[in-house]
Amino acid sequence: MKNVRVEDIGKPSDQLTHVDPAECVPLPAPYNLPDAAPKWPPLSDKAKAAYESSLDDTIAVSIPKPKTKEEEDELVAKFLSGLQKLFTKENNWTFLQPLVLSMEHCAKCQTCSEACHIFEMSGHNPVYRPTYRSDALRRLYFKHVKPGGSLLSKWRHGDIDLNWTTVARLAELSYRCNLCRRCAQTCPVGVDNGLIAHELRKLFSQEMGISAKELHDRGAVLQLKVGSSTGMNPEVVKDNIEFIDEDTSEKTGMTVKTPWDKKGAELLLIHNAGEIMAWPENHGAFAAILNAAGVDWTMSSEAQDALGYDNINYGLWYDDFMLAKVAIKHAKAAKNLGVKKIVLGECGHAHKALTVIADRVLTGDLNIPRESALPILEEIVFSGKIKFDPSRNDFPVTLHDPCNYVRLMGIVEPQRRVIRHLAPRFREMEPHGVYNYCCGGGSGFAIMSGHNFMDWRAQVSGRKKLQQILIAFEGQLDPSIPKYVCAPCSNCKGQIRDLFQYWNVWEKSKILYGGLVELIVNAMADVKPGFIEWEWR
Amino acid sequence: MSSMFPHLLTYAAVLAFAGVAGYRFFRIYSMPMHLRWELYPVAHEPGKKASYGGSMLEEVGWWKKPRETSWINMLKVMVPEMTLLVALFEHNRKMWYRSFPFHFGLYILAGMIGLILLGGVMELFGVYVGPGASPGSAVYYLTQAAALFGLGLATVGAAGLLHARLFDPELKGYTSPAMIFNLLFFLAAFAAAWLTFIFVDTGFAATRSFVQSLITFELNAVLGGGHLSWAGRLAMTVEIVLAMALLAYIPMTHMAHFFVKWFTWDKVRWDDEPNVPGGEIEQKIGTYVQYPVTWAAPHLAADGKKNWLDIATEGVKGEQGK
Repeated sequence: MKNVRVEDIGKPSDQLTHVDPAECVPLPAPYNLPDAAPKWPPLSDKAKAAYESSLDDTIAVSIPKPKTKEEEDELVAKFLSGLQKLFTKENNWTFLQPLVLSMEHCAKCQTCSEACHIFEMSGHNPVYRPTYRSDALRRLYFKHVKPGGSLLSKWRHGDIDLNWTTVARLAELSYRCNLCRRCAQTCPVGVDNGLIAHELRKLFSQEMGISAKELHDRGAVLQLKVGSSTGMNPEVVKDNIEFIDEDTSEKTGMTVKTPWDKKGAELLLIHNAGEIMAWPENHGAFAAILNAAGVDWTMSSEAQDALGYDNINYGLWYDDFMLAKVAIKHAKAAKNLGVKKIVLGECGHAHKALTVIADRVLTGDLNIPRESALPILEEIVFSGKIKFDPSRNDFPVTLHDPCNYVRLMGIVEPQRRVIRHLAPRFREMEPHGVYNYCCGGGSGFAIMSGHNFMDWRAQVSGRKKLQQILIAFEGQLDPSIPKYVCAPCSNCKGQIRDLFQYWNVWEKSKILYGGLVELIVNAMADVKPGFIEWEWR
Repeated sequence: MSSMFPHLLTYAAVLAFAGVAGYRFFRIYSMPMHLRWELYPVAHEPGKKASYGGSMLEEVGWWKKPRETSWINMLKVMVPEMTLLVALFEHNRKMWYRSFPFHFGLYILAGMIGLILLGGVMELFGVYVGPGASPGSAVYYLTQAAALFGLGLATVGAAGLLHARLFDPELKGYTSPAMIFNLLFFLAAFAAAWLTFIFVDTGFAATRSFVQSLITFELNAVLGGGHLSWAGRLAMTVEIVLAMALLAYIPMTHMAHFFVKWFTWDKVRWDDEPNVPGGEIEQKIGTYVQYPVTWAAPHLAADGKKNWLDIATEGVKGEQGK
């Protein structure tokens, strides 16, 4: 593989690096065969002509190519102005301190590199090294932001050119990191390359208006305008839930009814609305469990002054203000109903955004307690209120740990205690818990598939997770044995679905994916057997 | 040879070290509190949670329960990390073989300076510090042992790090000229220290004498207090110049991580302090959201007059790039 130096980022060329699937880490058999995955199509000439694509073999952000040198210079000047703002407390009080710490104290020992699944599985592509983008930004920071940078910066920190090539490649490169922060866990100094990628994304969004369309235009903006990034307005979401309730009642033999806008309820449940559309059984299972346990709960149909039925918050990945706008409206939904707490359904980034990150945004009467559904589910399962028959889950099960629950929030055991109790053939992936690997869809990738980005996330960013899953089911990959990957997170499920589809995992190995609540309902003794349907969707 | 120069240089270096380190510490300390960005395992979590990476968020109604933290659990992680560089040991063994002796050697050398100071003060009070079986002999022998082991480990470590920086292909692209200079600077200071230790002041009598004159501000006292020849004084002056220049230089570089680690670990990675209604965190947020914002992206519509709160609470402007 061609070596690429940090300073090469500013040297114009058609492509800074190339990812050859043959150089990626091989997967276990039969996924190691040459025809195991589809051919990765090159970017079309049309895409190359229209958008910046000189980083690698794909495009995540679709930045239109500047037409003139003046336009390029203007964009570079904007980048520089954004870079300076990133280091002011007025514009970036939210992350200034950790950012400065990570910028100024890296020992460049590369300890973090092997922790990164993207770097590892790409066959150690030098551009995907966690320090590559960090060091490029670090050199720009010392050269252009710190006083006296032009004199000693090259000698102290290495050379770099600030030009449009550098800026365009950095924009794309900020979307070659899952922000899983596994690298930060290993750093002896405490430097956080995930944070640096996050701050780079913020610079591009907050100063230059550049971000992935799936996250901003079709994500956060749509959610703020309509109520959900799925485009569902309150009427549509209520209709869908009514249908899910009917379907779940029929499947389980229980009467399942979702309460809406119930004032003063104990808890407001907010799902990732993608569940309602893509995995309706997830909401159905939640409703069945909460009703069977006699929980006083409600959903909210607010979509304007407040956001009540879609817990996503894509701002977490690229823009502090979008994060704050959405978090404030989530809290307002709870405040308007006078509920005692917000409970987040199976969505990792929504957990992290509203429970942890927004903790220092929400003040006064908006600081309403927020809680994960996982400990509540654990409490219900062990409360004795519902009878279980674990033999209904007598198939191999493994658990994918969404990074946001474990490494970034410390919710590790509740979901495990439930699975150990209800799934007799449970086995862990290695490593797991706080040392897990990202599914490869983190930081928004799971909903990004423009151009050939899907190939990149199936061949590179998702490769480690697929390897882990296949190893967890080693010796049982035969399609005659049904197997279940429990992934209690919408984005992770989306990524695993795409990954399995890409590698034809259902056909070859009959591995199904789903949430935790489905596994719980599947083991409920008082419902009709077979809640989990062994069909590929 | 006038001894004014090494005395003044030492005072200046100590002041520069304290001043620059203090400035950097205060600069970071005075930055606004950041949003929560903790990374598990968080060492101060109580009981088994610290070992498997659990948090209070694993409990139903966590905000109703008293927040428990464990100093013992934190020390169980922090002390081995500071002394033995556990993270490096676990994740980058190749580098640990070089970095650990370097850092541990420096810790021993810091201890050696403490012993020299102690010996110097003891002598000022008339206590004999030298070979034999007197109470001061322990200090005498410990100082020599610390010099031997500290310099030995630090020299081996610095040479190993230099070798890695020059020849390890993984590190080469991330090694600036300044990083090579830093390691050569250390090695030069260690070489001067070895020469002085072996040939000039094996028992540290001259160094204790220098320390005494520093403590009593006798700037014209003969360097080494009459224990040294002209050549010995020259060697000791070279050692002092290199060591003091290095001392002043360290906090100006990324090597300031010796104190920065307190921030990166304790104030970022392990900062899981929840925002309690009416508490100190809420008050701070109240101040920060009043900051005027100048981000230029159209969807934020910041104009330098609107503050953070205005933008976070107003409707979203159109799509990006439109």
